[in-house]
Amino acid sequence: MVEKLIEFQQVRKVYSNGVVGLDNINLTINKGEFVAVVGLSGAGKSTLMRTINRMHDITSGDILLNGRSIVALKGKELRQLRREIGMIFQNFNLVKRSSVQRNVLSGRVGYYPTWKSALGLFSKEDKEKAELALQRVNMAEKIYTRVDQLSGGQQQRVAIARTFMQDPQIILADEPIASLDPMTTKEVMDDLKKLNQDFGITVIANLHSVPIAMEYSDRIIGLRAGKLVYDQPIAAVKQTDFDEIYAEKQEG
Amino acid sequence: MNNKIPKRTFVQKYHLIGWGWTILFVILLGLSSAMTGVDWGTFFTNLNQFFVLVEQMASPAWDYIDIIWQPLLETIQMALIGTTIGTVLAVPFAIIAARNIVKNKVVRSVIRLLLNLVRTLPDLLLAALFVAIVGIGPTAGVWTLAVFSFGMVSKLFYEAIETIDEGPLEALRAAGANKMQIIIFAVLPQILNNFVSYFLYTFEINVRASTILGYLGAGGIGVYLQRSLSSFQYAQTGVIVIVIFAVVIIIDGFSNWLREKLV
Repeated sequence: MVEKLIEFQQVRKVYSNGVVGLDNINLTINKGEFVAVVGLSGAGKSTLMRTINRMHDITSGDILLNGRSIVALKGKELRQLRREIGMIFQNFNLVKRSSVQRNVLSGRVGYYPTWKSALGLFSKEDKEKAELALQRVNMAEKIYTRVDQLSGGQQQRVAIARTFMQDPQIILADEPIASLDPMTTKEVMDDLKKLNQDFGITVIANLHSVPIAMEYSDRIIGLRAGKLVYDQPIAAVKQTDFDEIYAEKQEG
Repeated sequence: MNNKIPKRTFVQKYHLIGWGWTILFVILLGLSSAMTGVDWGTFFTNLNQFFVLVEQMASPAWDYIDIIWQPLLETIQMALIGTTIGTVLAVPFAIIAARNIVKNKVVRSVIRLLLNLVRTLPDLLLAALFVAIVGIGPTAGVWTLAVFSFGMVSKLFYEAIETIDEGPLEALRAAGANKMQIIIFAVLPQILNNFVSYFLYTFEINVRASTILGYLGAGGIGVYLQRSLSSFQYAQTGVIVIVIFAVVIIIDGFSNWLREKLV
Protein backbone atom coordinates (compact mmCIF):
# COMPACT_ATOMS: atom_id res chain seq x y z
CA MET A 1 0.00 0.00 0.00
CA VAL A 2 1.33 3.43 -0.88
CA GLU A 3 1.41 5.85 2.01
CA LYS A 4 2.10 9.53 1.50
CA LEU A 5 5.02 10.78 3.60
CA ILE A 6 6.04 14.20 2.32
CA GLU A 7 3.83 16.55 0.32
CA PHE A 8 5.03 19.77 -1.28
CA GLN A 9 2.15 22.08 -2.12
CA GLN A 10 2.99 25.00 -4.39
CA VAL A 11 6.24 25.53 -2.58
CA ARG A 12 8.12 28.65 -3.49
CA LYS A 13 11.40 29.87 -2.08
CA VAL A 14 12.87 33.25 -2.87
CA TYR A 15 16.20 34.12 -1.30
CA SER A 16 16.69 37.49 0.35
CA ASN A 17 18.79 38.58 -2.64
CA GLY A 18 15.82 37.96 -4.96
CA VAL A 19 17.06 34.70 -6.46
CA VAL A 20 14.26 32.17 -6.89
CA GLY A 21 15.42 28.91 -5.29
CA LEU A 22 12.24 26.88 -5.71
CA ASP A 23 9.46 27.74 -8.11
CA ASN A 24 6.00 26.31 -7.48
CA ILE A 25 6.98 22.78 -6.50
CA ASN A 26 4.20 20.20 -6.22
CA LEU A 27 5.54 16.84 -5.22
CA THR A 28 4.54 13.83 -3.15
CA ILE A 29 7.08 11.41 -1.78
CA ASN A 30 5.81 8.10 -0.43
CA LYS A 31 6.95 6.12 2.58
CA GLY A 32 9.88 3.83 1.85
CA GLU A 33 10.88 5.35 -1.47
CA PHE A 34 14.48 5.87 -2.55
CA VAL A 35 14.31 9.09 -4.53
CA ALA A 36 17.20 10.50 -6.51
CA VAL A 37 17.16 14.22 -7.24
CA VAL A 38 19.19 15.25 -10.27
CA GLY A 39 19.91 18.57 -11.91
CA LEU A 40 22.63 21.10 -12.54
CA SER A 41 24.41 22.90 -9.72
CA GLY A 42 22.21 25.73 -8.53
CA ALA A 43 19.02 24.08 -9.80
CA GLY A 44 17.65 24.01 -6.25
CA LYS A 45 18.41 20.42 -5.24
CA SER A 46 20.00 21.33 -1.90
CA THR A 47 17.32 23.91 -1.22
CA LEU A 48 14.53 21.41 -1.86
CA MET A 49 16.14 18.96 0.51
CA ARG A 50 16.70 21.49 3.27
CA THR A 51 13.11 22.68 3.25
CA ILE A 52 12.09 19.22 4.50
CA ASN A 53 14.06 19.51 7.75
CA ARG A 54 13.53 23.26 7.83
CA MET A 55 17.20 24.14 7.53
CA HIS A 56 15.74 26.49 4.93
CA ASP A 57 12.37 28.21 5.31
CA ILE A 58 10.06 28.55 2.35
CA THR A 59 8.49 31.78 1.12
CA SER A 60 5.03 30.45 0.28
CA GLY A 61 3.14 27.17 -0.09
CA ASP A 62 3.04 24.31 2.38
CA ILE A 63 4.97 21.18 3.23
CA LEU A 64 3.21 18.30 4.95
CA LEU A 65 4.92 15.45 6.76
CA ASN A 66 2.56 12.57 7.54
CA GLY A 67 -0.28 14.97 6.75
CA ARG A 68 0.90 17.60 9.23
CA SER A 69 2.19 21.00 8.11
CA ILE A 70 5.77 21.61 9.21
CA VAL A 71 6.39 25.10 7.90
CA ALA A 72 5.43 26.91 11.10
CA LEU A 73 7.13 24.65 13.65
CA LYS A 74 9.29 26.39 16.23
CA GLY A 75 11.63 25.59 19.11
CA LYS A 76 11.15 22.17 20.65
CA GLU A 77 8.69 21.01 18.01
CA LEU A 78 11.13 21.94 15.27
CA ARG A 79 13.93 20.04 17.00
CA GLN A 80 11.66 17.04 17.34
CA LEU A 81 10.96 17.20 13.63
CA ARG A 82 14.66 17.40 12.85
CA ARG A 83 15.68 14.50 15.03
CA GLU A 84 13.45 12.23 12.94
CA ILE A 85 15.13 13.33 9.73
CA GLY A 86 18.72 12.27 9.21
CA MET A 87 21.06 14.24 7.01
CA ILE A 88 24.20 13.23 5.13
CA PHE A 89 26.52 15.85 3.69
CA GLN A 90 29.07 16.03 0.91
CA ASN A 91 31.78 17.02 3.41
CA PHE A 92 30.65 14.49 6.04
CA ASN A 93 30.46 17.25 8.70
CA LEU A 94 31.92 15.19 11.50
CA VAL A 95 33.85 16.71 14.38
CA LYS A 96 37.35 15.71 13.30
CA ARG A 97 38.96 16.02 16.72
CA SER A 98 36.39 13.79 18.40
CA SER A 99 36.28 10.02 18.41
CA VAL A 100 34.09 8.02 16.07
CA GLN A 101 32.03 6.93 19.05
CA ARG A 102 31.33 10.46 20.21
CA ASN A 103 30.40 11.55 16.71
CA VAL A 104 27.97 8.68 16.34
CA LEU A 105 26.43 9.30 19.76
CA SER A 106 26.01 12.98 18.91
CA GLY A 107 23.32 11.90 16.44
CA ARG A 108 21.25 10.95 19.47
CA VAL A 109 21.41 14.22 21.44
CA GLY A 110 18.01 15.34 20.18
CA TYR A 111 16.54 12.68 22.46
CA TYR A 112 18.39 13.89 25.58
CA PRO A 113 17.98 16.86 27.89
CA THR A 114 20.89 19.28 27.64
CA TRP A 115 22.52 18.50 30.98
CA LYS A 116 22.49 14.75 30.40
CA SER A 117 24.09 15.00 26.98
CA ALA A 118 26.56 17.64 28.25
CA LEU A 119 27.86 15.21 30.84
CA GLY A 120 27.99 12.42 28.26
CA LEU A 121 25.42 10.37 30.17
CA PHE A 122 24.22 8.28 27.25
CA SER A 123 22.18 5.23 28.18
CA LYS A 124 23.56 1.73 27.84
CA GLU A 125 21.07 0.99 25.07
CA ASP A 126 22.23 3.98 23.07
CA LYS A 127 25.89 3.03 23.46
CA GLU A 128 25.04 -0.45 22.22
CA LYS A 129 22.99 1.10 19.44
CA ALA A 130 26.07 3.10 18.40
CA GLU A 131 28.13 -0.09 18.27
CA LEU A 132 25.44 -1.75 16.21
CA ALA A 133 25.22 1.23 13.86
CA LEU A 134 28.98 1.09 13.30
CA GLN A 135 28.82 -2.65 12.68
CA ARG A 136 26.16 -2.07 10.05
CA VAL A 137 28.53 0.18 8.11
CA ASN A 138 31.59 -2.02 8.75
CA MET A 139 33.31 0.53 10.94
CA ALA A 140 33.09 -1.22 14.33
CA GLU A 141 36.84 -1.55 14.83
CA LYS A 142 37.32 2.22 14.42
CA ILE A 143 34.96 3.12 17.28
CA TYR A 144 37.69 4.68 19.47
CA THR A 145 39.66 6.23 16.60
CA ARG A 146 39.72 9.98 16.08
CA VAL A 147 37.81 10.96 12.97
CA ASP A 148 40.73 12.88 11.43
CA GLN A 149 42.54 9.54 11.06
CA LEU A 150 39.86 8.14 8.74
CA SER A 151 39.60 8.30 4.96
CA GLY A 152 36.77 10.17 3.26
CA GLY A 153 34.76 7.05 2.60
CA GLN A 154 35.16 5.89 6.17
CA GLN A 155 34.05 9.30 7.43
CA GLN A 156 30.92 9.18 5.31
CA ARG A 157 30.09 5.77 6.73
CA VAL A 158 30.50 7.12 10.26
CA ALA A 159 28.17 9.94 9.25
CA ILE A 160 25.63 7.36 8.12
CA ALA A 161 25.96 5.59 11.47
CA ARG A 162 25.37 8.94 13.21
CA THR A 163 22.21 9.43 11.17
CA PHE A 164 21.05 5.91 12.05
CA MET A 165 21.19 6.89 15.75
CA GLN A 166 18.35 9.34 15.16
CA ASP A 167 15.90 6.52 14.32
CA PRO A 168 15.00 8.59 11.28
CA GLN A 169 11.91 8.24 9.11
CA ILE A 170 13.73 10.04 6.35
CA ILE A 171 17.36 10.38 5.36
CA LEU A 172 18.33 13.38 3.28
CA ALA A 173 21.62 12.80 1.49
CA ASP A 174 23.06 15.97 -0.03
CA GLU A 175 25.66 14.91 -2.61
CA PRO A 176 26.75 12.02 -0.37
CA ILE A 177 29.34 10.70 -2.81
CA ALA A 178 30.57 13.86 -4.51
CA SER A 179 33.94 13.77 -2.72
CA LEU A 180 34.46 10.02 -2.83
CA ASP A 181 36.25 7.67 -5.23
CA PRO A 182 34.24 5.08 -7.24
CA MET A 183 35.09 2.22 -4.87
CA THR A 184 33.91 3.94 -1.69
CA THR A 185 30.99 5.43 -3.61
CA LYS A 186 29.60 1.95 -4.02
CA GLU A 187 30.04 1.15 -0.31
CA VAL A 188 28.32 4.32 0.80
CA MET A 189 25.44 3.93 -1.63
CA ASP A 190 25.04 0.28 -0.57
CA ASP A 191 24.83 1.41 3.06
CA LEU A 192 22.09 3.90 2.19
CA LYS A 193 20.22 1.30 0.15
CA LYS A 194 20.39 -1.14 3.07
CA LEU A 195 18.90 1.41 5.46
CA ASN A 196 16.16 1.97 2.92
CA GLN A 197 15.37 -1.72 2.46
CA ASP A 198 15.95 -3.10 5.97
CA PHE A 199 14.25 -0.33 7.93
CA GLY A 200 11.93 1.20 5.38
CA ILE A 201 13.62 4.56 5.83
CA THR A 202 12.73 6.93 3.02
CA VAL A 203 15.89 8.18 1.32
CA ILE A 204 16.11 11.35 -0.74
CA ALA A 205 19.51 11.78 -2.35
CA ASN A 206 20.91 14.60 -4.45
CA LEU A 207 23.15 12.97 -6.99
CA HIS A 208 25.31 14.26 -9.79
CA SER A 209 25.85 10.86 -11.31
CA VAL A 210 22.99 9.64 -13.49
CA PRO A 211 24.25 6.01 -13.62
CA ILE A 212 24.35 5.88 -9.80
CA ALA A 213 20.87 7.38 -9.62
CA MET A 214 19.58 4.76 -12.08
CA GLU A 215 21.26 1.94 -10.17
CA TYR A 216 20.04 2.75 -6.67
CA SER A 217 16.83 4.72 -6.76
CA ASP A 218 13.18 3.79 -7.23
CA ARG A 219 12.32 7.15 -8.70
CA ILE A 220 14.13 10.06 -10.27
CA ILE A 221 13.20 13.71 -9.90
CA GLY A 222 14.76 16.40 -12.05
CA LEU A 223 15.07 20.07 -11.14
CA ARG A 224 16.02 22.91 -13.42
CA ALA A 225 16.20 26.54 -12.32
CA GLY A 226 14.03 25.82 -9.27
CA LYS A 227 11.30 24.06 -11.23
CA LEU A 228 10.31 20.42 -11.07
CA VAL A 229 10.88 19.32 -14.67
CA TYR A 230 11.02 15.56 -14.36
CA ASP A 231 9.47 12.89 -12.15
CA GLN A 232 9.40 9.24 -13.18
CA PRO A 233 9.56 5.82 -11.51
CA ILE A 234 12.82 4.11 -12.37
CA ALA A 235 11.15 1.62 -14.73
CA ALA A 236 10.03 4.46 -16.98
CA VAL A 237 13.32 6.35 -17.04
CA LYS A 238 15.11 6.53 -20.38
CA GLN A 239 18.68 7.73 -20.79
CA THR A 240 17.59 10.42 -23.25
CA ASP A 241 15.34 12.01 -20.60
CA PHE A 242 18.37 13.54 -18.94
CA ASP A 243 19.26 15.69 -21.92
CA GLU A 244 16.33 17.88 -21.02
CA ILE A 245 17.15 18.12 -17.30
CA TYR A 246 20.76 18.95 -17.96
CA ALA A 247 20.07 21.32 -20.83
CA GLU A 248 21.93 24.55 -20.14
CA LYS A 249 19.19 26.81 -21.43
CA GLN A 250 15.49 26.50 -21.90
CA GLU A 251 14.41 26.25 -25.50
CA GLY A 252 12.19 28.79 -27.18
CA MET B 1 48.26 42.01 -26.50
CA ASN B 2 50.83 44.36 -25.04
CA ASN B 3 53.38 42.27 -23.16
CA LYS B 4 56.03 44.88 -22.34
CA ILE B 5 57.31 45.66 -18.86
CA PRO B 6 55.67 49.01 -18.00
CA LYS B 7 57.80 52.04 -17.11
CA ARG B 8 57.68 53.06 -13.48
CA THR B 9 56.17 56.46 -12.77
CA PHE B 10 58.32 59.20 -11.31
CA VAL B 11 56.81 58.66 -7.85
CA GLN B 12 57.49 54.92 -7.97
CA LYS B 13 61.02 55.33 -9.31
CA TYR B 14 62.29 57.57 -6.53
CA HIS B 15 60.15 56.00 -3.74
CA LEU B 16 58.66 59.41 -3.05
CA ILE B 17 55.88 58.04 -0.84
CA GLY B 18 58.35 56.23 1.41
CA TRP B 19 60.54 59.32 1.66
CA GLY B 20 57.52 61.48 2.42
CA TRP B 21 56.52 59.31 5.38
CA THR B 22 60.08 59.22 6.71
CA ILE B 23 60.44 62.99 6.61
CA LEU B 24 57.03 63.47 8.21
CA PHE B 25 57.99 61.05 11.01
CA VAL B 26 61.29 62.86 11.70
CA ILE B 27 59.51 66.23 11.83
CA LEU B 28 56.91 64.88 14.26
CA LEU B 29 59.63 63.38 16.44
CA GLY B 30 61.47 66.70 16.54
CA LEU B 31 58.30 68.63 17.34
CA SER B 32 57.19 66.36 20.13
CA SER B 33 60.61 66.31 21.80
CA ALA B 34 60.69 70.12 21.60
CA MET B 35 57.22 70.33 23.17
CA THR B 36 57.97 67.91 26.01
CA GLY B 37 61.32 69.54 26.64
CA VAL B 38 63.54 66.52 26.06
CA ASP B 39 67.15 67.35 26.80
CA TRP B 40 69.25 64.92 24.75
CA GLY B 41 72.19 65.63 27.00
CA THR B 42 70.63 64.14 30.15
CA PHE B 43 70.08 60.87 28.33
CA PHE B 44 73.79 60.30 28.44
CA THR B 45 75.14 62.35 31.35
CA ASN B 46 73.67 59.90 33.86
CA LEU B 47 74.93 56.90 31.99
CA ASN B 48 77.75 56.35 34.47
CA GLN B 49 75.13 56.01 37.22
CA PHE B 50 73.81 53.02 35.32
CA PHE B 51 77.17 51.32 35.50
CA VAL B 52 77.47 52.02 39.22
CA LEU B 53 74.13 50.29 39.67
CA VAL B 54 75.09 47.33 37.53
CA GLU B 55 78.32 46.98 39.48
CA GLN B 56 76.48 46.80 42.79
CA MET B 57 73.94 44.34 41.41
CA ALA B 58 76.75 42.23 40.02
CA SER B 59 77.58 41.02 43.51
CA PRO B 60 74.15 39.67 44.51
CA ALA B 61 73.41 38.96 48.14
CA TRP B 62 72.54 35.32 47.60
CA ASP B 63 71.34 34.66 51.16
CA TYR B 64 68.46 37.03 50.38
CA ILE B 65 66.89 34.15 48.46
CA ASP B 66 65.75 32.65 51.79
CA ILE B 67 63.49 35.66 52.24
CA ILE B 68 62.17 36.06 48.70
CA TRP B 69 61.31 32.51 47.64
CA GLN B 70 58.06 32.75 49.58
CA PRO B 71 56.81 35.92 47.81
CA LEU B 72 58.11 34.51 44.53
CA LEU B 73 55.90 31.48 44.99
CA GLU B 74 53.04 33.81 45.87
CA THR B 75 53.62 35.65 42.60
CA ILE B 76 53.29 32.46 40.58
CA GLN B 77 50.21 31.42 42.55
CA MET B 78 48.63 34.82 41.89
CA ALA B 79 49.29 34.41 38.19
CA LEU B 80 47.89 30.89 38.14
CA ILE B 81 44.70 31.68 40.06
CA GLY B 82 44.13 34.98 38.23
CA THR B 83 44.61 33.38 34.81
CA THR B 84 42.31 30.50 35.71
CA ILE B 85 39.48 32.74 36.92
CA GLY B 86 39.82 35.07 33.91
CA THR B 87 39.96 32.24 31.38
CA VAL B 88 36.99 30.35 32.79
CA LEU B 89 34.89 33.52 32.82
CA ALA B 90 35.99 34.32 29.26
CA VAL B 91 34.52 31.12 27.77
CA PRO B 92 30.80 32.01 27.90
CA PHE B 93 31.47 35.60 26.81
CA ALA B 94 33.63 34.47 23.89
CA ILE B 95 30.87 32.12 22.74
CA ILE B 96 28.30 34.91 22.81
CA ALA B 97 30.69 37.24 20.97
CA ALA B 98 31.41 34.77 18.13
CA ARG B 99 29.80 35.60 14.80
CA ASN B 100 29.12 32.00 13.83
CA ILE B 101 27.37 31.11 17.11
CA VAL B 102 25.25 34.16 17.88
CA LYS B 103 23.57 35.48 14.75
CA ASN B 104 21.97 38.43 16.57
CA LYS B 105 24.15 41.41 15.73
CA VAL B 106 22.96 43.59 18.61
CA VAL B 107 23.75 41.06 21.33
CA ARG B 108 27.14 40.42 19.79
CA SER B 109 28.00 44.10 19.51
CA VAL B 110 27.05 44.83 23.12
CA ILE B 111 29.20 41.97 24.38
CA ARG B 112 32.09 42.98 22.17
CA LEU B 113 31.89 46.57 23.33
CA LEU B 114 32.01 45.35 26.92
CA LEU B 115 35.02 43.15 26.18
CA ASN B 116 36.77 46.05 24.42
CA LEU B 117 36.19 48.27 27.42
CA VAL B 118 37.71 45.69 29.75
CA ARG B 119 40.69 45.36 27.45
CA THR B 120 41.43 49.09 27.43
CA LEU B 121 42.21 49.05 31.16
CA PRO B 122 45.98 48.69 31.66
CA ASP B 123 47.03 46.12 34.27
CA LEU B 124 48.72 48.70 36.49
CA LEU B 125 45.57 50.81 36.61
CA LEU B 126 43.58 47.71 37.51
CA ALA B 127 46.06 46.91 40.26
CA ALA B 128 45.74 50.41 41.71
CA LEU B 129 41.94 50.08 41.60
CA PHE B 130 41.84 46.69 43.27
CA VAL B 131 44.32 47.70 45.96
CA ALA B 132 41.90 50.51 46.76
CA ILE B 133 38.93 48.13 46.75
CA VAL B 134 40.15 44.96 48.50
CA GLY B 135 43.18 46.42 50.24
CA ILE B 136 46.89 45.73 50.03
CA GLY B 137 47.86 42.11 49.44
CA PRO B 138 47.79 39.27 46.94
CA THR B 139 43.97 39.28 46.64
CA ALA B 140 44.23 42.56 44.77
CA GLY B 141 46.82 40.97 42.51
CA VAL B 142 44.60 37.97 41.77
CA TRP B 143 41.68 40.23 40.86
CA THR B 144 43.88 42.37 38.64
CA LEU B 145 45.22 39.41 36.74
CA ALA B 146 41.76 37.83 36.49
CA VAL B 147 40.26 40.92 34.85
CA PHE B 148 43.32 41.45 32.67
CA SER B 149 43.29 37.82 31.46
CA PHE B 150 39.56 37.92 30.92
CA GLY B 151 39.89 40.85 28.52
CA MET B 152 42.71 39.33 26.57
CA VAL B 153 41.57 35.71 26.48
CA SER B 154 37.96 36.46 25.55
CA LYS B 155 39.13 38.15 22.35
CA LEU B 156 41.55 35.36 21.47
CA PHE B 157 38.80 32.83 22.20
CA TYR B 158 36.07 34.34 20.08
CA GLU B 159 38.45 34.79 17.19
CA ALA B 160 39.38 31.11 17.52
CA ILE B 161 35.71 30.13 17.59
CA GLU B 162 35.07 32.09 14.40
CA THR B 163 37.62 29.99 12.50
CA ILE B 164 36.11 26.58 13.23
CA ASP B 165 34.61 24.25 10.62
CA GLU B 166 30.89 25.00 10.61
CA GLY B 167 29.90 21.70 8.97
CA PRO B 168 29.51 19.83 12.28
CA LEU B 169 27.34 22.68 13.60
CA GLU B 170 25.00 22.26 10.66
CA ALA B 171 24.95 18.50 11.13
CA LEU B 172 24.07 18.78 14.82
CA ARG B 173 21.38 21.35 14.10
CA ALA B 174 19.90 19.08 11.46
CA ALA B 175 19.88 16.23 14.00
CA GLY B 176 17.64 18.23 16.33
CA ALA B 177 20.28 19.40 18.82
CA ASN B 178 19.61 22.60 20.74
CA LYS B 179 22.04 25.52 20.92
CA MET B 180 23.78 24.26 24.07
CA GLN B 181 24.21 20.78 22.63
CA ILE B 182 25.64 22.20 19.43
CA ILE B 183 28.19 24.16 21.46
CA ILE B 184 29.13 21.16 23.57
CA PHE B 185 29.33 18.59 20.79
CA ALA B 186 30.43 20.59 17.76
CA VAL B 187 32.10 23.81 18.95
CA LEU B 188 34.06 22.96 22.10
CA PRO B 189 35.86 19.88 20.76
CA GLN B 190 37.12 21.97 17.86
CA ILE B 191 38.61 24.71 20.02
CA LEU B 192 39.67 22.90 23.19
CA ASN B 193 43.32 22.84 22.12
CA ASN B 194 43.23 26.54 21.29
CA PHE B 195 41.74 27.25 24.68
CA VAL B 196 44.48 25.42 26.54
CA SER B 197 47.13 27.04 24.39
CA TYR B 198 45.79 30.56 25.03
CA PHE B 199 45.49 29.81 28.73
CA LEU B 200 49.18 28.92 28.88
CA TYR B 201 50.15 31.95 26.82
CA THR B 202 48.20 34.23 29.16
CA PHE B 203 49.74 32.53 32.15
CA GLU B 204 53.20 33.35 30.77
CA ILE B 205 52.27 36.99 30.37
CA ASN B 206 50.71 37.11 33.83
CA VAL B 207 53.78 35.69 35.55
CA ARG B 208 55.75 38.57 34.07
CA ALA B 209 53.07 41.13 34.86
CA SER B 210 52.57 39.91 38.43
CA THR B 211 56.20 40.54 39.34
CA ILE B 212 55.50 44.24 38.95
CA LEU B 213 52.09 44.35 40.64
CA GLY B 214 53.66 44.30 44.11
CA TYR B 215 54.94 47.78 43.35
CA LEU B 216 51.39 48.98 43.83
CA GLY B 217 50.84 46.81 46.88
CA ALA B 218 49.12 43.99 45.07
CA GLY B 219 51.26 41.25 46.61
CA GLY B 220 54.02 39.04 45.31
CA ILE B 221 57.69 39.66 44.72
CA GLY B 222 57.15 43.21 43.48
CA VAL B 223 56.82 44.37 47.09
CA TYR B 224 60.39 43.24 47.75
CA LEU B 225 61.65 44.67 44.50
CA GLN B 226 60.31 48.05 45.46
CA ARG B 227 61.62 47.78 49.04
CA SER B 228 65.17 46.94 47.96
CA LEU B 229 65.25 49.67 45.34
CA SER B 230 63.98 52.40 47.62
CA SER B 231 66.47 51.46 50.33
CA PHE B 232 69.33 51.34 47.82
CA GLN B 233 70.02 47.65 48.54
CA TYR B 234 71.09 46.96 44.97
CA ALA B 235 72.72 43.69 45.89
CA GLN B 236 69.28 42.45 46.91
CA THR B 237 67.69 43.93 43.80
CA GLY B 238 70.21 41.95 41.78
CA VAL B 239 69.07 38.67 43.36
CA ILE B 240 65.42 39.47 42.71
CA VAL B 241 66.08 40.35 39.09
CA ILE B 242 68.05 37.15 38.52
CA VAL B 243 65.45 34.97 40.24
CA ILE B 244 62.55 36.52 38.28
CA PHE B 245 64.54 36.08 35.10
CA ALA B 246 65.11 32.39 35.86
CA VAL B 247 61.50 31.72 36.81
CA VAL B 248 60.10 33.48 33.71
CA ILE B 249 62.44 31.54 31.43
CA ILE B 250 61.50 28.22 33.02
CA ILE B 251 57.75 28.90 32.85
CA ASP B 252 57.94 30.24 29.29
CA GLY B 253 59.95 27.22 28.19
CA PHE B 254 57.59 24.78 29.86
CA SER B 255 54.47 26.40 28.48
CA ASN B 256 55.95 26.69 24.98
CA TRP B 257 56.83 23.02 25.07
CA LEU B 258 53.32 22.15 26.21
CA ARG B 259 51.70 24.34 23.56
CA GLU B 260 53.74 22.76 20.79
CA LYS B 261 52.61 19.35 22.01
CA LEU B 262 49.00 20.48 21.67
CA VAL B 263 49.10 21.54 18.05
